[in-house]
Amino acid sequence: MTTASSAGPLHLALVGNPNCGKTSLFNALTGSKQKVANYPGVTVERKSGTFKTPAGRTVHLLDLPGTYSLRARSPDEQITRDAVLGRLPGETQPDMLLCVADSTNLRIALRLVLELKKVGRPLILALNMIDIAKHRGFAFDLDRLSDELGVPVVTSAAVRRGGVEDLLARMDAMVDASTAPDGTTTTAANTWTTPSAHELRATQREADRILRACVTTPGRPDTLTGRLDTVLLHPVAGIVILLVILFVMFQAVFTWAAPAMDLIEAAFDALGGLVEAYVPAGLLQSFLKDGVIAGVGGVLVFLPQILILFFFILVLEDLGYLARAAFLMDRVMGSAGLHGRAFIPLLSSFACAIPGIMATRVIDSRRDRLTTILVAPLMTCSARIPVYVLLISAFVPSRPVLGLFDLQGVVMFSLYAVGILGALTVAFVAKRVFWRDQPSEPFMLELPDYKLPRPKSVALGLVTRAKAFLERAGTIIFAMAVLIWFLASFPQPPEGATEPAITYSLASMIGHALAPLTAPIGFNWQINVALVPGMAAREVAVAALGTVYSIGGGDTQIGEALAQSWSLATALALLAWYIFAPQCAATLAVIKRETGGWRWVAVTFGYMLTLAYAAAFVTYNTAVALGAG
Amino acid sequence: MSVLSLSGATHGLLSSVSLPAGPQTPLGKARRGFCGHVDAISADGYPDLPAGELESRLIELGFVEGARIEILHEGAFGRDPIAVRVNEATIALRRREAMAILVS
Ligand SMILES: Nc1nc2c(ncn2[C@@H]2O[C@H](COP(=O)(O)OP(=O)(O)O)[C@@H](O)[C@H]2O)c(=O)[nH]1
Repeated sequence: MTTASSAGPLHLALVGNPNCGKTSLFNALTGSKQKVANYPGVTVERKSGTFKTPAGRTVHLLDLPGTYSLRARSPDEQITRDAVLGRLPGETQPDMLLCVADSTNLRIALRLVLELKKVGRPLILALNMIDIAKHRGFAFDLDRLSDELGVPVVTSAAVRRGGVEDLLARMDAMVDASTAPDGTTTTAANTWTTPSAHELRATQREADRILRACVTTPGRPDTLTGRLDTVLLHPVAGIVILLVILFVMFQAVFTWAAPAMDLIEAAFDALGGLVEAYVPAGLLQSFLKDGVIAGVGGVLVFLPQILILFFFILVLEDLGYLARAAFLMDRVMGSAGLHGRAFIPLLSSFACAIPGIMATRVIDSRRDRLTTILVAPLMTCSARIPVYVLLISAFVPSRPVLGLFDLQGVVMFSLYAVGILGALTVAFVAKRVFWRDQPSEPFMLELPDYKLPRPKSVALGLVTRAKAFLERAGTIIFAMAVLIWFLASFPQPPEGATEPAITYSLASMIGHALAPLTAPIGFNWQINVALVPGMAAREVAVAALGTVYSIGGGDTQIGEALAQSWSLATALALLAWYIFAPQCAATLAVIKRETGGWRWVAVTFGYMLTLAYAAAFVTYNTAVALGAG
Repeated sequence: MSVLSLSGATHGLLSSVSLPAGPQTPLGKARRGFCGHVDAISADGYPDLPAGELESRLIELGFVEGARIEILHEGAFGRDPIAVRVNEATIALRRREAMAILVS
């Protein structure tokens, strides 16, 4: 059969059910020597790392997406199947499989082990979370288990690196055992074929038999999880607690991030100042300062919020709470045709649609995932806030409503609410337009026992997200920033021009050309022009308005000047526009990457533009009719 | 509801005698607190997935004949979805799919 030289590195793949502690074991084995990339053509994360065994053998470890079987129902699970079977182009078939199982939940895992055995590769089973199992009173007859399954069994407590030495020693022994004197390894033939329901049932029965023979379970479930769930999944208390958690999360995203954001902003301003001081005025200076530094800085400034958001998501995920949140919200999401799992990605989109869209990877079904991606940009992201704040404080008077609220606050709240309602409605409609004939995917999810999150794994997760975001900012977002700068800078103003440079540019031509189209929604050409650089990041439009109107100073001055030259109707129409408009090139770029093509970018752009225009049109004309024109 | 509590109370007897025609209920109709065993998986007529697919997925999550079942929690809205203890594991699913799991 397949042969591999024992002299070369050993290719080892990690397989296991979701939540079995696979990531923790991967981290324990590879430490910080890990690489995250994407499989070509699909949006599944490829995590790999390298380590050395005591015998000095180099091991390439590949972490595969969690799965219940090799039948592969989602793109993630397809990767797992194809990688294990060696069908993945450009990927070496693993020489050996390491199946990770949660010792406290072995039933489903043992069925997977029996299925994996058919692949014919040497296989080791790691009973992970052995610390928890021992504590709860599970007892294992490891020798018998190993005999019954026909694979070596080790125990591990991944988060404490417990059992890793033993595991490595076993691996060495196993490689030696299967290595012929001529240095090649032999593996059995692959007899795996897609199992039918009948076969699955038979395998599960066999797994149940082995479990009964080898494992003594304490007979009662984890009491802490049980007690916590009584409260956290309570129909009323559970929802209230979820809302409180969300509130704290958003409070944190917006308040904790502020100092860091100010710092980043100041750093980029200083950088711009340096360029201004040392690069002679002209195209190069403008390119560096207004194109590169302002463009990339305008997106990078969201890094603190994204990190805080992911901090919460990672902690809640490790805690086991995210699955509960999906459970609590499934019905609400389901009414819009979405999956309970869509809840977190949509929630993340309140900070920024980019991490939100990245987080849709937890949704198995492609259709549900696409719907979620489609509506994620409608959630009010934090880049809209500067625009909202500026317009509201300039145009909406601060006066009490119902003696309890402030009118400005009410308007702000309505903008959020309209965004959410819009998203749910679009999801509802999209299901009927794009996937009329395809029924929705069933919601089925394991609720893992609660566990205390480990700071180290959270930190590792954060570093990975930060890297992914920075990489994007360095490539696609950078390219977009350059393009938008180009539109706003060319052609150059003629000699002795008196108007701001942007008024001579392509952006201005676009703005003027669009003026007849935007007149019905109350936008003048200046607004149109500002919306072009606003594509780099929504809040850049504020500064652009300042440029077009040649207003010096900060946001307050811009606001005052706008209040002079716009009607209330125009301001309200612009607010309505901002709820829906596809005003963010970075988001579109991420959609392209996550969906693997331009088609969904076009769909997103098209529907958002249509909605934005309609919303602004209705708002403007209603306001004019009410005398605010 | 009365049918359900009846089935809960009699399942011990039934499973020992293993009558083919016990008071089977779809899990999707059972209420919080229901305890019993899986009798059969019958996903025929489930419209959303190809034949056998729902059955396979349920089996993969441990819903195999004989598994111990307890409904631990119900969702806040329309008592849907449900969180079900299946032997050692807890699985959340919608009532719609739980209709394919016949329990007693
Ligand atoms: N006590 C203990 N906790 C563990 C162990 N392995 C993983 N965990 C925890 O279990 C949770 C899920 O682990 P993770 O590695 O993310 O699982 P994955 O979904 O399979 O990648 C996390 O909160 C981990 O800290 C272990 O061996 N012992």
